[in-house]
Amino acid sequence: MAAVIEVSGVSKRYGEKLAVDDLSFSVQPGVVTGFLGPNGAGKSTTMRLILGLDAPSSGSALVNGMRYRDLQSPLREVGAMLEARAIHTGRSGYNHLLALAQTHGIPRSRVDEVINMVGLESVARKRVGSFSLGMGQRLGVAAALLGDPATVILDEPANGLDPEGIRWIRNLLKSLAAEGKTVFLSSHLMSEMEQTAEHLIVIGKGRLIADTSVEAFVAQASSGAPVRVRTPDSAALTAALIGAGARVSAEPDGALAVQGLTTEQVGELAAAERLVLHELTPVQVSLEDAFMSITKDSVEYQQI
Amino acid sequence: MSSEVTLARVTHSEWTKLWSLRSTRWSLFVACLAMAGLGPLIAAVSMAHWNQLGEFQRLTFNPLERAMGGYRLAQLAIGVLGVMVISGEYSTGMIRSSLMAVPKRLPVLWAKLLVFSGVAFVLMLITALISFFASNAIFTEHHVNQTLSSPHALRVFAGSVLFMSVTGVFCTALGTIIRSTAGSISAYVGLMFVLPVVGDILPSSLSNAINPYLPSVAGTEVASTFHNPYTFSAWGGFALFCGYTLLAVAVAAVLLKRRDA
Repeated sequence: MAAVIEVSGVSKRYGEKLAVDDLSFSVQPGVVTGFLGPNGAGKSTTMRLILGLDAPSSGSALVNGMRYRDLQSPLREVGAMLEARAIHTGRSGYNHLLALAQTHGIPRSRVDEVINMVGLESVARKRVGSFSLGMGQRLGVAAALLGDPATVILDEPANGLDPEGIRWIRNLLKSLAAEGKTVFLSSHLMSEMEQTAEHLIVIGKGRLIADTSVEAFVAQASSGAPVRVRTPDSAALTAALIGAGARVSAEPDGALAVQGLTTEQVGELAAAERLVLHELTPVQVSLEDAFMSITKDSVEYQQI
Repeated sequence: MSSEVTLARVTHSEWTKLWSLRSTRWSLFVACLAMAGLGPLIAAVSMAHWNQLGEFQRLTFNPLERAMGGYRLAQLAIGVLGVMVISGEYSTGMIRSSLMAVPKRLPVLWAKLLVFSGVAFVLMLITALISFFASNAIFTEHHVNQTLSSPHALRVFAGSVLFMSVTGVFCTALGTIIRSTAGSISAYVGLMFVLPVVGDILPSSLSNAINPYLPSVAGTEVASTFHNPYTFSAWGGFALFCGYTLLAVAVAAVLLKRRDA
């Protein structure tokens, strides 16, 4: 199947600053693809280039094989929610959605439908200026779903939400994925991706760092991860492990962190030495850690 | 049902956008109040002093311009709203939603111009009629008579309404070019209200050469009964004002199409 979003050799320069640097990737249909990178990596810019809001300095970004601006019914093909608010604060949520729907001849019944879908029935007639951040995000999602598009682009949907809002976004992403929609989702936080994304596109300083499945991404980052082992006779085990070529360090709780051997190798070594083990655990690298270890050179605004 | 983006659909959307903002309804209300109310008010005030006026003052009394005088204030409300129709979208970020729905972009500008100038024309036409007939009712009590068939009356009447509609178009174009509300309104007030004052301060030889070309002077010739030898004819001046407006719209269209949103 052809890619839904095809970014090829895209660069975007704002004055002196190169926000996106020769970036190429594609988003496959029917999959939740995570778009990851530290703040300032160029994620929002890339999304704006895909959506035709900004013009690339070079390269091309295609949606369903066409430039976004050439789509005849864009809201029917791609629904998008940008990070920055894109809603007039003086208008009611209902009228905001209605005005967008009317550009495509989408009926009022669909406006009511998406309002129910995001749970804004009680406030839809109020001015958007009075909305909380979470309500604003919901309205943004409603606008993205308005044309019932097969592809949904969401820029940092969980940003600034309270735990309940984050849970809502997570459930929404799962239901969109279950419907078979293509979701292209940006975040600088890995924890959300871990639950929903199958594929990852990772960028830093506007350049592609990784374009891979979530499992492969974690595997790559876990290759040097330690094995945790606990025994009543630490000294004997340490000696045996070092003898086998491992690097061993003591954990605060008395356990040993072993690097250079697999869990299986550590277990077999202990059995051969007739040592009792109380614990033998492969340390799981979370997506968060994987992300940090892989992008640490690309963080533009490193904390001091 | 097909769901292609068409100019008719975008116009429908802009109609909804215009009426769903409280600030729009207020601005239009103020414009209507000024246009409908100021003429009769001026008429009532001048008629109250009618018996004290001398023969010469009575002869040169211009009931037509007094009845239509509301446009001088109403144009300000129309101009400001014309700016906000687009600058309000830039200040809130709404423009991004608008352009994602209509990525060809220009239909958004055409639809805004169509809806706003249309609404301004209809409302100002109705309120100008109210002002004209209400003022005349007051004048008639003092035997000052005029009708729409009096000399210049129909032209001044239509001219005031047309001038305000084109002002709306001009200001929406300004707002598209400048994008910020404060900047666009300053530009509008500077061009239409400050420039003519500056023009009047200049030595008369210079001001006679420059003033007729100022957009406010050219544009309001059509709403005026008096013409000095240096100015354009009524419709000639108005044509020049329309030319300025077309130029502004062309620049706005190019910038809207080219700039990053």
